[in-house]
Amino acid sequence: MKATVVEVENGDPLEALRKLLRRFLESKIVNAVLVPKALPSGAGFVQTLIKDPEMLKDAHPLAPTMPVQSARIVSNLTIGEPGGRIGAVMKSCELRAVVELAKFLQVKLDHLVTIGVDCLGTYEVKDYARAAEEKQGADSLTGQLLKGAKTGDVKPPDGIDLRLACRMCENPVPINADMTIGLFGHDASQEIEVIVADRMEADLRDKGVFELSSDESDSRKQVASQLIEQRIKTRDQVFREFKERVTDLEALMNTLSTCIRCHNCMVACPICYCKECVFRTPTFEHQSDQFLRWADRKGGIQMPTDTLIFHLTRMAHMATSCIGCGLCDSACPNGLPVTSLFRMVGHEVQSLFDYVPGRDFEETPPVTTFREDELQLETGAKD
Amino acid sequence: MSEFEPRIVAFLCHWCTYTGADLAGTTRQQYPPNIRIIHLMCSGAVDTIYVLKALIDGADGVLIGGCHPGDCHYQTGNYKARRRVAIVKSILSQLGYDPERIWLRWISASEGKLFADTVTHMVEEMKRKGPNPIKKMWTV
Repeated sequence: MKATVVEVENGDPLEALRKLLRRFLESKIVNAVLVPKALPSGAGFVQTLIKDPEMLKDAHPLAPTMPVQSARIVSNLTIGEPGGRIGAVMKSCELRAVVELAKFLQVKLDHLVTIGVDCLGTYEVKDYARAAEEKQGADSLTGQLLKGAKTGDVKPPDGIDLRLACRMCENPVPINADMTIGLFGHDASQEIEVIVADRMEADLRDKGVFELSSDESDSRKQVASQLIEQRIKTRDQVFREFKERVTDLEALMNTLSTCIRCHNCMVACPICYCKECVFRTPTFEHQSDQFLRWADRKGGIQMPTDTLIFHLTRMAHMATSCIGCGLCDSACPNGLPVTSLFRMVGHEVQSLFDYVPGRDFEETPPVTTFREDELQLETGAKD
Repeated sequence: MSEFEPRIVAFLCHWCTYTGADLAGTTRQQYPPNIRIIHLMCSGAVDTIYVLKALIDGADGVLIGGCHPGDCHYQTGNYKARRRVAIVKSILSQLGYDPERIWLRWISASEGKLFADTVTHMVEEMKRKGPNPIKKMWTV
């Protein structure tokens, strides 16, 4: 790992980053960039695949919203033969989802250059749109977060909060990126750090994009660790409250009682990649008389009958790889605490296998491997 | 009132436990008639969704039977079944549901007696636990 500090002119870090992306494009380090860009309406940002450097105008690599999981887009872009190298600017949870999807052969890395950004957190898309309309102004919504990057005390402006998933995210620093835009520990109006993985060094040097002068700065790590500590506190608090509330399946159903089975959480989830989900097949399409038999047995039964099985199955299928991006929360029309549920359950299931989703491309997902000598108790062995 | 008779759904692999169950029959082993057997090619073919479906639809217990470690006809299906069972049990126990309604057992084709004993034992245990609480929930 080598790093360089990029100077920011006129106190505008976004312009400095756009210049950097432009240089990547012009020097053919990448043939296209995937980066958030401000919408013409001003209501938010959208991931944009840019070939023409002129289109980098209004690109916003630090966009404080996440309308879709870029890992899904990267999957679409790389699964075939993209015909060029794509530089994808991603937040750390998007990058971790890319790692997981690569393991499930849904992302190909051959034509991908990952550019991670130190993540200060994101707002709900609708909250951002509302605040932007109320002229709280896009600049202050990002600027306020950026101010906290130097010290690690990241605070949104009054009247708007970060998404819960971000407030409890213990991974604001991207890992496994080819290049990382480092914000923590730096005054972004003055300078930004760019950290480059060993595999990219030669390419950047040969094409003369920039000199890699130094090692990673220590202050960045220190500042990030403060923020992480604070977020872990929030996370554990959320887990604790959830556990106190959900003491049995009846309590779980009460928590999920307003679920309308729209399956939005599944659609938004980057880990739920199956092209043909079991819930979209007739697997559990019952005969008409079956419903009456159930109603007879219980006196009456909620229709349709698939809330509990939907959520439990989703947990069983993807909790081991849940990277905690929280887009399920954002997608839920009724505000169910699905992120809290998945993160809590996932945390314990992952620790069962000492697995951290997104940590390492080389780690095998728990569901596709095994150890001969593990889990003896599951088969009735006496301890 | 008559004693509670648990209903157990058993997913048995073709090469070992199902054949073991067959042997239990041909050698006239006695075991309680509380189980409903579903015949699969491998314990590794039991997706968690079927275990959950059985419990949600009113089974009092789920038994998954596979080959002993090293004996899987498909090399590693039983090990993968074991991980899946561990995952679903961890999830259920975190949500306050008794994970010990799900049993995974290795029973070979020659272990008819072990099959009968396992079913007998499981039925006793499920009787002790009482009916599956999901059976009383009208919201599922």
